[in-house]
Amino acid sequence: MAGTSMKDIKLRIRSVESTRQITKAMQLVATSKLRRAKERMENSKPYATVSREAVMAAVRSCAQQDTPFVTARPEGRRCYVVIAGERGLAGGYNSNVFKAVAAHCSGVPACVLPIGRKAIEKYHREGAQLLSSDYSRVEGLGVGGCYKLANDLIKGFLDGQYSEIFLACTSFHSMMAQEAVIEQLLPVEKPEQAEIASCTIYEPGAAETLQRIMPDFIAGRLYSALCDSFASEVAARRTAMDAATKNADAMISDLTLKYNRARQGAITQEITEIVAGAEE
Amino acid sequence: MSTFHLQIVTPDRMAYDGQAERVILRTVNGDVAILARHIDYAAPLGIGEARVTDENGNTRVGVCNSGLLSVENGVCRVLATTFEWVEDIDRERAAQAQQKAEERLKTLERGDEQFAIAEAKLKRAIARLRATD
Repeated sequence: MAGTSMKDIKLRIRSVESTRQITKAMQLVATSKLRRAKERMENSKPYATVSREAVMAAVRSCAQQDTPFVTARPEGRRCYVVIAGERGLAGGYNSNVFKAVAAHCSGVPACVLPIGRKAIEKYHREGAQLLSSDYSRVEGLGVGGCYKLANDLIKGFLDGQYSEIFLACTSFHSMMAQEAVIEQLLPVEKPEQAEIASCTIYEPGAAETLQRIMPDFIAGRLYSALCDSFASEVAARRTAMDAATKNADAMISDLTLKYNRARQGAITQEITEIVAGAEE
Repeated sequence: MSTFHLQIVTPDRMAYDGQAERVILRTVNGDVAILARHIDYAAPLGIGEARVTDENGNTRVGVCNSGLLSVENGVCRVLATTFEWVEDIDRERAAQAQQKAEERLKTLERGDEQFAIAEAKLKRAIARLRATD
């Protein structure tokens, strides 16, 4: 009995060890990717913030003339831009985004623009209406890609394909904490109260300025959300793989203890048998 | 000369963040120069040369492509789709891009969506070449 169990334990140790090797390697890859991803994220932040401020200022100035970017049309369809990962094994990273979207849309007719292979697979499986399934790579989607995406989104919005655009992404708080967030891209939320009319000079008018910078604003926000989400994905994967490696370590030490006990037991039994034979 | 805070940001980086004496940019309505204590102002940018004079009086030249120029409370922000300093421009690449865009324009009709894209490409290439002359 002791012999077979010894062999079984040895096999299990070996299998856990090979799993540990994989998780350790994935952790190291994630760690090395993380630095660049974080740098990219930091670099993309100023543009998104500044363009948002500029858009809000323009919206305040042109509250009188109604532009299509401000007017709320609550009756139409919604469009969700969902940014998820390319691969799994990143803790709850992908499922958190999907859960947030499901909770947010709750029955309202919506179409989805998935970004990242996992998101495409998920919404394809669910039979949701996809605007495009060309964006399977998050990491490779650069600024140019975001501009194309933004122009397509704005075109669809102005043509009346959907009346609201929401962006679902993951915001990177720290190495340990990432949060799935949903943000309204269009129409731009009207400020509650028209503030004291600012005396900014717009050349040409505020409405035209708004129309011209809209693609920049959406593209900048998308790019920053992509960088943010990618950093979150890598951080989530690092944390998940770190935990997996630690678990594997604990299992190996546990199994090694069991193996040694079994070996000791087998030796003791053999000695007892020999001694018993000698005494007779 | 008095200076003001100038920030030039593109989606993927901050091209300039510091004090400046003067910045000249091409907006959709023509070239404008911003000096310190400018009134609050906003204008969409066209494709063209940008000249930044920093606090020491040195002028740097760049090529700025679409976006927004905004001055608010004495801070000037340039939100550019792309922005390159002249020393970073690859002349050969720009010349190739110009040639390609010109060839493409010959095959397209005015009013086509692709025509506008090719035209913008040509404008960018010309702006780059002109700035590096």
